Amino acid sequence: MTALLQVSGVGKRFRGLVAVDRVSFTVAAGEIFAVIGPNGAGKTTLFNMIAGVLKPNQGSIAFRGERIDGLTPDAVCRRGVARTFQIVRPFPALTVEDNVVIGALLHRTDMEAARRHARDVLATLDLHDKRDIVASSLTLPDRKRLELARALATDPKLLLLDEVMAGLRPTETDRMVDILRRINREMGTTILLIEHVMRAVMALAGHMLVLHHGAPIAQGKPEEVVRDAKVISSYLGAEAAP
Amino acid sequence: MISLWRDMNRRGQVVLVVAVLAMLLAPVVATRYLLSVLTLILYFVYVGQAWNLMMGYAGQLSLGHALYVGLGGYVAAGLWVHFGIGPWLGVIPAVAIAAAFGAFIGWLAFRFGIEGVYFSLLTIAFAEFTRIGFDHIGPLGGAGGLFIPYQESRLGEWWNLRGGQLFFYYLAFVLAGAAVLLTAWLARSRLGHQWMAIREDETAARALGIDVFRAKMKAVLISSAMTAVGGVFYAFYYNNLFPAQVFEMSRSIELILGPIVGGLGTVFGPVIGAFVLTPLGELLIAVTDKAGLNAPGAKAIFFGLVLMIIIYLVPGGVWPWLSRRLGLVRRRS
Ligand SMILES: Nc1ncnc2c1ncn2[C@@H]1O[C@H](COP(=O)(O)OP(=O)(O)O)[C@@H](O)[C@H]1O
Ligand SMILES: [Mg+2]
Repeated sequence: MTALLQVSGVGKRFRGLVAVDRVSFTVAAGEIFAVIGPNGAGKTTLFNMIAGVLKPNQGSIAFRGERIDGLTPDAVCRRGVARTFQIVRPFPALTVEDNVVIGALLHRTDMEAARRHARDVLATLDLHDKRDIVASSLTLPDRKRLELARALATDPKLLLLDEVMAGLRPTETDRMVDILRRINREMGTTILLIEHVMRAVMALAGHMLVLHHGAPIAQGKPEEVVRDAKVISSYLGAEAAP
Repeated sequence: MISLWRDMNRRGQVVLVVAVLAMLLAPVVATRYLLSVLTLILYFVYVGQAWNLMMGYAGQLSLGHALYVGLGGYVAAGLWVHFGIGPWLGVIPAVAIAAAFGAFIGWLAFRFGIEGVYFSLLTIAFAEFTRIGFDHIGPLGGAGGLFIPYQESRLGEWWNLRGGQLFFYYLAFVLAGAAVLLTAWLARSRLGHQWMAIREDETAARALGIDVFRAKMKAVLISSAMTAVGGVFYAFYYNNLFPAQVFEMSRSIELILGPIVGGLGTVFGPVIGAFVLTPLGELLIAVTDKAGLNAPGAKAIFFGLVLMIIIYLVPGGVWPWLSRRLGLVRRRS
């Protein structure tokens, strides 16, 4: 397997606070990679550096062998990295379909082609029936899927998903797990996800990274990581103890 | 354009055809005064639409659009008065200069992150500076104004915009119609969707790969260029330009009321807005004149009140409400 994304010794400080502390990991093409850690561990900050929102203070990020750290968010997206926001940001006054069409227009100039692609994506995400509704009147689970649909419509090679399952009920979580697995298998999209819902992580991820106070404390296959003493005490202790 | 037609149901299409025919045939029955009011309405449809592209679609609030009207008017009128260069040719440098100002303001704001109200302030500042500047440009009449002289020999030279009321009415009709079609086309285009994304959420737009700077620059360029053409029309219709009048902030406001009242970010909002507000303004002038009370600012207060009432009653604008009430648009399946 070849490395699609290579994060090397990346760090970010906010004034005094070290939000991300020399994090390194590699995401292979075609896999699902999870980043977990308690609130404030630096997961979103790490995403923002990959997506071009923040410039790292140290280290480098390479996507398909080329450095992308320091590029603008739109440039990163044009290279094939699409992201969702932890707090979803739909285009509220536009219809569900138009939201997704905007994503589809990234690599398409023809409106009809973009519309066709958007409808395909909406069908994949079970949002097809709601395509004429304005985004502001969607429920949270639907908004989360819209957020994903829009990112997916840009035909990314790598999807960055920031807690797409947070706030979902267990049945909706299962549905999302199912959708993500389908995207990964059928479209071959590599997925890097931040997740709190351990059940989902265990079901999806081939590899995972645990962050604690910005620093990586464990990395590997999920079944190995959850047995790690440091991980259990710092993070899983309270939540995952049976 | 075809999609504009397709999006309307049968009733909407009938209303549109009837409205266009009525406008085309209006001069047959309309008095000279009525024709001048209709011309003014169409002028406001045109410039309102130009502003609507930038604010209604791209979400950039310009409060200084009078700048582009003034520049367009002054350049074309100056070339005509001093060099005898006709407005069909003069419109090119007029548009170029206004677009250059637009580009500069846009570049300054969008490159250096001047956003929201600060962007609006910047547009006001540029219009004001330009007004003061034009007070001192001797060849263009300075504060005393620039006049396009009345020349008996040129009367009827419509190709030099020396036509009569009827000519200007049809010219305004063509301009307004073209602006509506252009807006309908842009609203359906890739660029239009990029604008709407930026209007709705700039951060999300950027995350979807949209070059926000470029898309915003295109919005200012198109809007300022279009507005300048309106300025050329204005100059040759009224035959006089005063910096204190054309660049006045109240002119910028006057031009944006139509789209706001009619419905921002809609194709027909600026049309309905102009048809509602312009006659109301004329009515007020007539009434106050009759009553003999010519209180300064009366018209502004009246407009303010109407604006408040309409925004209170139909927050999204008259057009979205009207088209729903009358069932003029196709419900998308
Ligand atoms: N823009 C910012 N400015 C200052 N501090 C920030 C900023 N963004 C995040 N932080 C801080 O960095 C730390 C990591 O935050 P974040 O990456 O959002 O964590 P997570 O997503 O893992 O919950 C937190 O302490 C947070 O308060
Ligand atoms: Mg977070």
